[in-house]
Parts: sequence; structure tokens; C-alpha cells
Amino acid sequence: MSLFLQYLAAGIATGSTFALVATGFVVIYRVTGVINFAQGVFAVLGGFLAYSLLHAGVAHGLAEGLAVAVTAAIGLAFGLVALGRRGTPPLASLIVTLGLAIFSYAVVITIWGDNPISYEGLSGLLAVGGVSMQRQYVLIVAAAVATFLALALFFGRTYLGMALTACSSDQRAARLMGIDVWRMGLLAFAVGGALGGLAGVLLTPLQPVEFDSDVGIAVNGFAAAIFGGLVRPATAFAGGLVLGVAEAMVAGYFRSSYETAIALAVMLGLMLWQASRRGPTEE
Amino acid sequence: MREGSEPLLEIHDLVVRYGVATALDGVDISVRRAEMVALVGPNGAGKTTLLDTVSGLVAAAAGRIQLRGRLAQVPEGRRLFPEMTVEDNLRLGAWRVRDRRVDPVYELFPHLAELRRRKAGSLSCGEQQMVAVGRALMGQPDLLAVDELSLGLAPQVVDMLAAHLQDLNRRSGMAILLVEQNARLALDICSRAYVIEAGRIALTGPSEQLRRSPEVQAAYLGGAYEE
Ligand SMILES: Nc1ncnc2c1ncn2[C@@H]1O[C@H](COP(=O)(O)OP(=O)(O)O)[C@@H](O)[C@H]1O
Ligand SMILES: [Mg+2]
Repeated sequence: MSLFLQYLAAGIATGSTFALVATGFVVIYRVTGVINFAQGVFAVLGGFLAYSLLHAGVAHGLAEGLAVAVTAAIGLAFGLVALGRRGTPPLASLIVTLGLAIFSYAVVITIWGDNPISYEGLSGLLAVGGVSMQRQYVLIVAAAVATFLALALFFGRTYLGMALTACSSDQRAARLMGIDVWRMGLLAFAVGGALGGLAGVLLTPLQPVEFDSDVGIAVNGFAAAIFGGLVRPATAFAGGLVLGVAEAMVAGYFRSSYETAIALAVMLGLMLWQASRRGPTEE
Repeated sequence: MREGSEPLLEIHDLVVRYGVATALDGVDISVRRAEMVALVGPNGAGKTTLLDTVSGLVAAAAGRIQLRGRLAQVPEGRRLFPEMTVEDNLRLGAWRVRDRRVDPVYELFPHLAELRRRKAGSLSCGEQQMVAVGRALMGQPDLLAVDELSLGLAPQVVDMLAAHLQDLNRRSGMAILLVEQNARLALDICSRAYVIEAGRIALTGPSEQLRRSPEVQAAYLGGAYEE
């Protein structure tokens, strides 16, 4: 029983990072219509940046915060390249994000080499009701939930956030109000970059990252995002948790190498199911 | 209406293409301040394209557009943000201007004040059209372009909305460009009209005169105006 609870705790923690990546997919997709294939790259870069900052003597907390700020800027830069000129079709942008992901491999290998890296997260265990779990798990879940609530407030309550929501709701109407949909797309990419970076700095202490870890991270995040048809952040968030727990159970009781296979199977299953219900973007 | 002042909107020889298809082919239109002008014509004539070009959503292939003031467009089909509240929809209409106070819209449409917390998608079509007009007004336009005011609405609702537009025009001097397939309504409330067909202005003149023209009667008024 306690083994089960430990798997559950681990699953919720990694699932929370999937949820963050998934939310990044959703934010970018809703505003721009682009599926950002470079979403996992933000997590990898976040992990590497935090690693370097920590090695340079920057304190925990600040290092991770700076890493997330830089991934937000990288997200903005990726957005500039991917969205290109106003009116670039989403499908063209999608291909560009794929190119950016591959290009990032070269950058990461040039700067950091091709070995996996990791660093200490919050150390120590926390006993909750007879289950001892890593403090890092608690940190991850708390950070993910706080981020999600902050985003909900941003999109639902602030004027800028509402304008972003307007772009995802009806682009034509948003443009008629004078909202610059292209710029809002850049903003969405920056938010996506920050979300990916945050997932990366939280995940790296649990699972070492290397230059191509983005594929696994993106597949899990995308599978979670598909739960919400790529447009509903709350469902995507829940999807991340479900996926994380399912994978932790399988890895715990069977084999850890099945993890990505599960994500892919879940993703395919959901896509087929949604396709059979006509149109994943329908409310 | 300042005598001799330049028109609020002047369009000269406007050409707009979608790929190889020509949607507007040398259109001339002008709207003076405080004027109510109708643009009528069949489906696919290029009315929405004209508004979109003036709004900057569609690029002109040739011609000149001069707008000496702010334009707000009430889009065809209303296009509210359905998952947002009425009030949030209204506030987004003020994106271009600084003043986001919604009270003036509630004064114009008191019914909307009661619906302020409702999701826009849950309203009736008539209520949605009120929100769409209110949202455009939040942009403090000098020229209000309304695309298909009457589309899908019950006649009493259309009459109520039309009366509001006339009232707005009389009281605040806001110019209105009314795009309508319902030519009878448009000619009734506007002083001047343009008839657009297949991307060209086919007829123009005072509403009074167009109402009596045999072509307009045959094509748009079902011959019902014969006396
Ligand atoms: N986005 C578009 N792409 C291609 N053709 C379009 C587009 N929008 C409108 N058209 C075409 O341009 C013509 C004018 O359309 P529109 O301006 O919507 O007419 P109206 O508003 O008078 O019904 C039509 O033939 C229509 O099919
Ligand atoms: Mg139209």
C-alpha cells in the first residue's frame, strides 16, 4: 500500500511538470493556431540554464527564476521566427518550430556537450500520513498549481489576458477591436517558453536531462494537452496528472521503459476517440 | 455637420482581390460627418469586403481610402466572445481607447446592465446584437459601420435596434454606415444609399430617390413600393 502511495506521489509530481508543458502547448495553440513542436526544448533549456547558473554560484531559487525568465525570452524569439510575417499560415509556423527544435540540439551540444546533467533540488523527505515523499515533489506540485491559478487569473481577469483570450476565441473579432493578433501570438510564445522552462527546472532534479530529452517531455505534454482537445487548459492540466500517475504505476510495477510508450498510446487513443466525435476543437 | 468640411470617409476607385478573384472593382464611396448612409446589395456583392478593407483587415490592390476619424465595425454575425461575460466583451471594445467605462453603453441599452455578468454566448440573438453594437461604441467611433444589423433577428428587435442607431446619430452626431440586405429598412433609416452589385457601385443617391427607382424596386423591394 505504501509503495502504491509512493508511486502515486511520484506520478503526481512528474505529472505536474507534464501539466505545465501541456499548458504551454494550449496557450500557444489557442492564440496562434500553431502546435509548437519546440515546446519540450524550453524545458531542456530551462534545466541546462539553471544547471549553469547553480554551478556559477547563483543561489537556488534565483537560479531557477532566472532560467525561467530566459526561457520566456527564448520563447519570444522562437515566436518571432515561427510566426514570421503577419499572415503566415499556422502550418508553416508549425514546421518552423520543428526546425527550431532540431537547431536547439546543435546549440545545446555546442554549449553544454551531449552528457546528461542534473542538480540537487529540494533535499530531504516529508512524511505525510505515513508516506515519506521527496520535498522536491511537494515543491513541484505547489509550483504547478500556483502557476496554473495565476494563469487562470491572468487570462480571465486582466485586460491583457482577456485580449489574449479574445484572440483565441475569435481572431476576426479581436482584430476588429484593434487587437494585434500577431503580437499577442508573440506574447503567447513567451508564456509558453516560461511554462516549459519552469517544467524543466523542476523536473531536472528528478530526471537528468540531455539535449534531446525534449522529445519525451513534449510527447508527454502534448498527450496531456490532447486531453483538453488542445484548447482547454484545465483539462490539459488534469491530463498531465493522469498521465504522470499512470506512467509512475507502470514504471513501478512493470518496467520504466514503457513510460513513453504509454504516453504515445494514450495520445493516439484520445486522438482517435476525439476524431470519432468530430473535431477536437469543438466545445 | 460642418458645411464644406471634408468627408469623414472617402474611398476612391478601390480595388480588392482575393487571389485572382476581384471582390471590389473600382468603388467610390464617401460618408460625411453625422450622416447615415446605407450600403445595400445582394449576398457576395462585396459589402463586408469593403468594411474589412476600411478596417485594415484586408489589403487594397488599388485605390485610396481616407478616414478622418475612428471607425468601429459591428461585424456580420455579431461575433461576440461567447465564453466571456457581456461586460468583458464591452470592455474589450475599448482596446484602442483609454476609457473603459461601460456605463454609457448601459445608459443606451439599460437591458444590458441586467445581463452584465451573463456569458455572451448564452444571450438571445437580439441581445447579442445589442452587445455587439455596444462593444463597437466602446471604441468611441466617429463612424460606426454595422454589417447586417437585421440578419437573423425578429422584426420588432430590428426596429428597436434601428431606432437606437437613429437616436445615436441624432444625439451624438455619430456617422453610421449601414450595410444591409434588407434594403427597405436601410432606405427607411438612412438619408443616402449606395447599391453595390458584383463589386461595383450600381446606383447611388438619396434614399427617397432610390426608393422610387424601378430597378431598386424590382431587385430589392419586391416591387412593393409601387403607388
Ligand atoms: N476571405 C475570402 N477569401 C476569398 N474570397 C472571399 C473572401 N471573403 C469574401 N470573398 C469573396 O468576395 C466576394 C465578396 O464577399 P463579401 O464581401 O463577403 O460580400 P457581401 O458581404 O456583400 O455578402 C464574394 O464573392 C466572396 O465569395
Ligand atoms: Mg457580408
